[in-house]
Amino acid sequence: MKRRKFLRAAGTTAALTPFVYKGYPISPLSQNSVFSQIAAAATINDRVMVFIELAGGNDGLNTLIPLDQYSSLSNHRNNLLIPENKVLNLNDTFATGLHPSMTDFQQMYNDGLVSVVQNVGYPEQDYSHFRSMDIWMSGSSSSENLGTGWLGRTLEGEYPGFPDGFPSQDTPDPLAIQIGSITPLAFMGSSFPMGMSIASADEFYEFVNDLVEPAPATPYGDELEYIRLVMQQSQQYYEVIKAAAENSQNLSTKYPAEFTNNLADQLRIVARLIGGGMQTPVYMVSIGGFDTHSQQVDGSGPDSGNHAELMRQISEAVCAFQDDIKLMGVADKVCGMTFSEFGRTIGENGSLGTDHGAAAPLFVFGEGVNPGIIGDNANIPGVIEDSEDVPMQNDFRSVYASVLQDWFGIEDYQTILNQEFDILPIFKDPTPTEEVAGGGGAFEVSNYPNPVMSRTTITFNSPGADVAINLMDAQGRFVVQIAQGHYPTGFHKVVFDRSNLNSGTYFYQVKMNGVAVTKRMLVL
Amino acid sequence: MTVSTIDRRSFLKRLRKPSPVSVKKGFFKNAKSLIPNVAKELPLVPPPATTITLNGGLDPYTGPWDYDQAAHLIRRTMFGLKKTDVELLKSMTMEQAVDHILDVDNTPPAPPVNNYYFNDGSDEEGYEDPVVPFGDTWVNAAHDEEAEGLRIESFRGWWANQMIDQEVSIREKMTLFWHNHFATQASQVFFGKFNYDHNSKLRGYALGNFKELTKEITKDGMMLIFLNGFLNGKDAPDENYARELQELFTVGKDSPNQYTEDDVYQAARVLTGWTINFGGDWETVFNLFNHDQGDKQFSSFYNNTIIEGSADGNAELDALFDMIFAKGEVAEYLCRKIYRWFVYYNIDATVEQEVIVPLANIFRDNGYDIKIVMETLLKSEHFFDAVNKGCFIKTPVDVVVGTLRNFGLTVPGSTLWDEFVMEYLLNIMMSNMQMLPGDPPNVAGWQAFRQFPQYYRMWINSDTARNRNFFTDVLTVAALEAYEDELKIDHIAFASQLDNPGDPVKLIDEVTRLLLPQPISDTKKTLLKSILLSGLPNDGYWTNAWFDYINDPNDPMAFEVVNVRLTILHNYILKLPEYQLA
Repeated sequence: MKRRKFLRAAGTTAALTPFVYKGYPISPLSQNSVFSQIAAAATINDRVMVFIELAGGNDGLNTLIPLDQYSSLSNHRNNLLIPENKVLNLNDTFATGLHPSMTDFQQMYNDGLVSVVQNVGYPEQDYSHFRSMDIWMSGSSSSENLGTGWLGRTLEGEYPGFPDGFPSQDTPDPLAIQIGSITPLAFMGSSFPMGMSIASADEFYEFVNDLVEPAPATPYGDELEYIRLVMQQSQQYYEVIKAAAENSQNLSTKYPAEFTNNLADQLRIVARLIGGGMQTPVYMVSIGGFDTHSQQVDGSGPDSGNHAELMRQISEAVCAFQDDIKLMGVADKVCGMTFSEFGRTIGENGSLGTDHGAAAPLFVFGEGVNPGIIGDNANIPGVIEDSEDVPMQNDFRSVYASVLQDWFGIEDYQTILNQEFDILPIFKDPTPTEEVAGGGGAFEVSNYPNPVMSRTTITFNSPGADVAINLMDAQGRFVVQIAQGHYPTGFHKVVFDRSNLNSGTYFYQVKMNGVAVTKRMLVL
Repeated sequence: MTVSTIDRRSFLKRLRKPSPVSVKKGFFKNAKSLIPNVAKELPLVPPPATTITLNGGLDPYTGPWDYDQAAHLIRRTMFGLKKTDVELLKSMTMEQAVDHILDVDNTPPAPPVNNYYFNDGSDEEGYEDPVVPFGDTWVNAAHDEEAEGLRIESFRGWWANQMIDQEVSIREKMTLFWHNHFATQASQVFFGKFNYDHNSKLRGYALGNFKELTKEITKDGMMLIFLNGFLNGKDAPDENYARELQELFTVGKDSPNQYTEDDVYQAARVLTGWTINFGGDWETVFNLFNHDQGDKQFSSFYNNTIIEGSADGNAELDALFDMIFAKGEVAEYLCRKIYRWFVYYNIDATVEQEVIVPLANIFRDNGYDIKIVMETLLKSEHFFDAVNKGCFIKTPVDVVVGTLRNFGLTVPGSTLWDEFVMEYLLNIMMSNMQMLPGDPPNVAGWQAFRQFPQYYRMWINSDTARNRNFFTDVLTVAALEAYEDELKIDHIAFASQLDNPGDPVKLIDEVTRLLLPQPISDTKKTLLKSILLSGLPNDGYWTNAWFDYINDPNDPMAFEVVNVRLTILHNYILKLPEYQLA
């Protein structure tokens, strides 16, 4: 895929173009700026990220089962623990497996389409749904009130002046679209929402088919239908959304029947819009029901019941979506990511459920991900306190920073997230944040051998620049600097000796001219 | 004169960043540009509903008197409604409530003042009025070419404030009704005092005698200039006012039986000599030398009436009004306008028979006393008929003033100048929705009340629909900013006054009952609740969040959690198409 050059000025130019329409964004959603910055970047590199919110706090320990902790876990989850022989195996590890309902997703993992980030959360967990959601949506710390969204800030940074002058010739499409719910904050910019929302799948199909919700046969109903129609059609993105929907159709046969899987219904629309040529870089969809204080499983066993149903829905919906965008020929530019405001307790409660806990795993999927698992299984103690939970290993803002930098190619994610975070090796082929003079193409960075027994050789092509190579642990913490200095244009090799390192997963990051390429290294 | 693009652009700048400078830049240059461009194309205007008619006649309403009926009465006779308004009227009987609404205080409100001068040492300042000190009223000051544009905006802002601060009374909606009826344009009569005096007459006669008011208006300086009456002399009668007096103000053109062109000419002759003393104090005077003292012979439509020529201008005028108001068409014409302003636009044969004709009879029998008409209509079973609720498409004034009132907002005005600017912004908002009080599109008033067959639907096109949403977006998620002052919804204060803000179901019920004219579907309510609960199924999460805030209102986290959800909730409700109805 040919990437357009990253030009920050692109946003500025768009803002200077004259009014094309006189409209304004009508959505309450577009308020948080984080989502918006992503959207702006995507117009630069054509990439799309689909965020899937699992509302309520997902039980990570029953989603991604730590098989190496099984015996401890069995002490705390008499009724909930998935039988070991039913856990779905992954092709590159024996330590971790998936919930038995996620067979489709297991296949995606084994096909190299999934990156798992372990134990994601934020420091000083609040345990309140609303507060945690707001923290995730705004990309803040637990002691901050930002009032804007991380995507809203992202988009605002790239499209200064929005909504004045939008849509424009350069930016005809919405910067961000939320389907299926109306969530506060994620798309909120400093004063205006940066995206739009389509409250339900029904609303979308009414929209593209020029239907309005029927009103009663009274004067009130008559006037209401008229206003509904005009307001629908005066939605400033009416034409482009309709055109995109008309330009494409869902191609996958893997989607479950309509109205049987709400997430699939939403993702079906997202796929159709992407396939129809919309350049919107950010989508957000949502599925609820994860607040499983009770009846997380039902009487027929720990692998059936509400949570099992949710896992099945996610698995089927995501798999069908991935199949669809592949058939549409757009899979190379689309990734998706699940997230939930927090995880749940290690131990089950007395109601066949679990209570609010700190961290949980998160899935990133698509052809662009570096397949595998980032981070380790949490250590499950043999004896736990009441309401003991899985501690955070990866800050959710590290995930955001990786998305911003490595997927969307946004150089200065720090201005959006307000500080530095470790970049996780989620994405296979990090987007160069800048074209490098004389570089002649993307950076090539690799090491051999990998896994590393004693030594490994890191190879990279320098654009003729100052280069720094740093090693980080699985949590993204700085370990050691491998190399630093000026390297002339061309390929270079650096040999690295692992003798002081413990076994485990590490990342090394090669920084050249402000571009960072992060790769994973397994040390035996 | 295209206002919207330029003003909106600078608006957005101001809204986005609190930069008062952008308010000031070009402010005076653009002061006249408030006048809307009315020749908008209407991209989508389907035919109106003509098949459904409202039920009931003028018999007194005897059905239930509760929240919904009280709210309906308020929505139609005021702009927006507040919880306290409903509670007040609900505590009375229906008769008492209507009497209360019609018990209009005729004391003139304090007049507008010089609030158009500002000097903080910067180069951005208003006009330093050489005659009227800052803070003093300008309504008695002589014409001043430099000041009039600002005085007109001062007047317009003052008027907006009268509406925003209205008592539980029909006065302001009635005043605007008369303005739509005796439509004049500030942009054409560039003299603030005339605008103010004219408006004061409309307000003073809000529920007064229609015939008397028409006489007043005939001699009113604003109208004499607007329709060239001041130029109407015996050597060259100007028919402009004489024509509109019959065609738009009294007889109308609904009836096939019509006055003649010669009647227009004869009426113009009666009105010759009434002019303005421009050489003196700009009072209305009768200039006998310019009055046609010949007899005026009218057509058979007026029973071949002859108004005898004389030197007594007032006597001839009285004779003219007696002749016109003897026509049955006058009362019917005005009752139809009343009906379209307060009830619905669709007047079919049944409504004509059951409502208009009997109402017109009452009007005539009571010597054109408007109050009895309003009392009869507002107490009727027709007015309270269930299908009548919610079919009125809000005017831009309903949207702007009504939204402020819904949320208990008033213009802040930390200084007179700030207040002036904020009121100006509100008027721009209304103007962008195609209704600027003081400047209807022409002498016939706003199209929504006269343009067959679309009527109210004239208000809503793709352009104005966006501007309506834009206004509520600004008020809910951002703010209107004028220098130090901010006008925005206090979401928590609004929720706090509700009966049960901690219960998400009851909160949604009460908010939608306050803000929307009819109950919404359960699907919509579920959606609204999911906004409040961020998609979680357990109502208790909202309850906890609400009481976390109540127990510690100074905790910024607790505040933000409820504030952000209420913000999105209100924003969404105000964007529902249902919100455009009253």
